[in-house]
Amino acid sequence: MKRRNPLLSGPYLIWTAAFIIIPLLMIVYYGLTDSTGAFTWSNVAQMGTPERMKALVLSLILSLFATAVCLIMAYPLALILTNMKVGATGFIVTIFIIPMWMNSLLRILAWQTLLERNGVINQILGFLHLPKLYLINTPYAIALGMIYDFLPFMLLPIYNALEKIDQNVVNAAYDLGANKFQTFWKVIFPLTIPGVISGITMVFVPALTTFVISDFLGGSKVLLIGNVIEQQFTQVGNWNVGSGLSLVLMIFILISMAVMQHYDNGDAEGIVL
Amino acid sequence: MKKALSRIYLGFIFILLYAPIAVLILFSFNNSRTRAKWGGWTLKWYAEMFRNEAIMSALYNTLLVAVLSALISTLLGLLAAISLNSMNRRRRTVILSTINIPMLNAEIVTGISLMLLFIGLGQFLSRWGYAVEFGFGTVLIGHITFNLPYTVLSIMPKLRQVNISTYEAALDLGATRMFAFRKVVLPDIMSGILSGFMLAFTLSLDDFVITHFTKGPGFDTLSTKIYTEVRKGIKPEMYALSTLLFVSVLVLLMIFGRGKSKEPAVNKATH
Repeated sequence: MKRRNPLLSGPYLIWTAAFIIIPLLMIVYYGLTDSTGAFTWSNVAQMGTPERMKALVLSLILSLFATAVCLIMAYPLALILTNMKVGATGFIVTIFIIPMWMNSLLRILAWQTLLERNGVINQILGFLHLPKLYLINTPYAIALGMIYDFLPFMLLPIYNALEKIDQNVVNAAYDLGANKFQTFWKVIFPLTIPGVISGITMVFVPALTTFVISDFLGGSKVLLIGNVIEQQFTQVGNWNVGSGLSLVLMIFILISMAVMQHYDNGDAEGIVL
Repeated sequence: MKKALSRIYLGFIFILLYAPIAVLILFSFNNSRTRAKWGGWTLKWYAEMFRNEAIMSALYNTLLVAVLSALISTLLGLLAAISLNSMNRRRRTVILSTINIPMLNAEIVTGISLMLLFIGLGQFLSRWGYAVEFGFGTVLIGHITFNLPYTVLSIMPKLRQVNISTYEAALDLGATRMFAFRKVVLPDIMSGILSGFMLAFTLSLDDFVITHFTKGPGFDTLSTKIYTEVRKGIKPEMYALSTLLFVSVLVLLMIFGRGKSKEPAVNKATH
């Protein structure tokens, strides 16, 4: 369809400007001004307090760790799923999407019950005469929650990338004498890099910025940067400091977006599964 | 050996994904107010949830926001996809990357940016005695905004496959532009429109973060209700309702899944 429809572009352009661009500029404005409206860097500098730096560093460590574990878990899983019989794959992939239909807050909450001192996991361990695990309200529980919640975001782009690989290319590699490992490392893996990169950003950004997972599984003992910012807005009510801290957070998001853009060769549809 | 290993691995992931869901479904049958102890099987929460007005109104809000935001964002997304499709590559990339911001950005940032917008708008309008009320309207705007990229990206690829000649042939044969669009283009992109709508509906149904920042006091969706209930303990009715929603989605998926299972094959052929 190539036909100019100038009138059609009106509604969503207005929508994009009003509800995407202007709101982001509001964060920049609030973040760089004080309550009287004068320019200041102090809101951004508020990130430097020891407590907030600790939250930021912990968020970075946990989200990088969760992203790495998701990648390590999802890649073999995607390989297994692609190698299954064609008829079954649709069904099996659905199995990994179905859990997303249960309310996500409740699903994270359920991990409380599983990880608690006398929770399901410890009861099973006790039954097997194994030592108990004290996971709830620790950073480990939060990392587990992240891995659980975001694993499908890593799986689906990688699976899609693997699905698209032409079997003839793989067969050609075998014909030319490559062994299984060489075929994987030199042919299959490079072809899935866009999927891997999009999986990494799809997991890293939400993991870095979550406040729900840390709220539910960290008690109020472990604060992530998401919690710090959320509290500035909903409890402290200081929008200037909250926006200043968000600006710092947005630097990390922009870096990960830039990385994604770099590997994304105009195939924007790939992002949406 | 290799097959056995991959079976074990699949099983492990399966348990990881479904253990929390099994726990939640179990809670919905637990004859005890707290989740700390098991009080035997019961179905009473399934009856009581319908009498719990707070939960029912949260359910109503959740469904209404999900349906409306999915409808409006699909319509906006369709318009966007059509006009983006007729643009040159450079303009398209610029506009598409702006629309995509809410998808790639952190939800918390999108949420607070909208909250600041509505606060700022409220301050601006107060000069003339108007106010911005945080509630249904603001939540709906938030949901449409984060749904928009998903509907655009569901419809765009279908639209690109449409052969412009058939549309032009219809015009040459005397069809009006609207009629030609409806009869020639729309059937080809319908699957994209439907999957965009379903995706938007699902995302909206499950959203917490954007709703959290754009809702006002007195307005709750199921997610925000769960969030505020966590500290005092989730009411068992909530588990019953979520189980019921989960099961209905499963049933719907199975019904639609049968009709849809042929589609991917068609898809692959055209690529």
